[in-house]
Amino acid sequence: MSITAPMSAPVSIADPFVVAGESFSSRLIMGTGGATSLALLEDALVASKTEITTVAIRRFSPEGRDSVFAMLERLGVRVLPNTAGCYTARDAILTAQLAREALETNWVKLEVIADEETLLPDPVELFRASEELVADGFRVFAYTNDDPALARRLEDVGVSAVMPAGSPIGSGLGILNPHNIETIVSRASVPVVLDAGVGTASDAALAMELGVDAVLLASAVTRAQDPAAMARAMRAGVEAGRLARAAGRIPRRRLAWASSTSQGRIAARPSEADL
Amino acid sequence: MSNSHTLRLNGAAHEIHAGATLLELIVAFTGHPLRSDGSRVDGGRLGVAAAVGGIVVPRGRWAVYTVDDSDEIEIVTAVQGG
Repeated sequence: MSITAPMSAPVSIADPFVVAGESFSSRLIMGTGGATSLALLEDALVASKTEITTVAIRRFSPEGRDSVFAMLERLGVRVLPNTAGCYTARDAILTAQLAREALETNWVKLEVIADEETLLPDPVELFRASEELVADGFRVFAYTNDDPALARRLEDVGVSAVMPAGSPIGSGLGILNPHNIETIVSRASVPVVLDAGVGTASDAALAMELGVDAVLLASAVTRAQDPAAMARAMRAGVEAGRLARAAGRIPRRRLAWASSTSQGRIAARPSEADL
Repeated sequence: MSNSHTLRLNGAAHEIHAGATLLELIVAFTGHPLRSDGSRVDGGRLGVAAAVGGIVVPRGRWAVYTVDDSDEIEIVTAVQGG
């Protein structure tokens, strides 16, 4: 079911994505990094039908390009500022506070990175920052790894969503450890958002089939050859995966199980080889 | 007594007249006329925040915060990312 009404005109949503106390129709969260122009980005965001989109916080530049914030406001999309580029809890906390002040939201996607090559989260700094930001009234969407133990720790300190990576940011490697993602999902009592590493629509569909509540992706769309087309594919992939999970898949079997009945077959005749 | 300050704004040296407020600095830097409460005169969303010495100064206080020599100021906004 597609919702075309803007956020300001709420309609009854079937199977809503509920996070941080709000309901959404779309389970596809988009990032804005990697797009070569704001116009291309806008086309992709509209094609994705996303309702939540992330932005980074950086120094204001007088020669800077047009405002991505203004564009998202015009599109009626909920802005989720992130702490991309932060390597310490201290920097992430300051960035979150600046974002809250600049964008008038207490939502923050918390990224605290261990190193530039892997862009994996630093679990210790991430945990510290989560604790402090939750205590300061933020709704924390915690970008984490696929470790179920860390996911539970983050949930226990009160994050609003746990966001495990499928594979490294921008890698397009998809979901490298589906087993762990499934374990995180089965034990979580906050929304789980697969965030990072999605490469194509089947990755997004798989994530939804594993039971995550939403998928967050940027590079897979912004760096695709046709971003708007890929955004449409991702939207379809997320919906397909969600529908498939709800439909109750068949179990995996080691051996075949014929789908056609054996009753009423015509008499078997000896083949040429047997005569 | 000098009638200008040299502070650091977004990592670079920046000169401004003595007694300048953070509000005046931000108006000059962003090019957006602002009211004393830090909101845009034209009614749009400014989307900007400021920190001095690692502490966020809320926009309602920009008009009363007088910048000083060797203040380290960061003025940030939302950009594509994530």
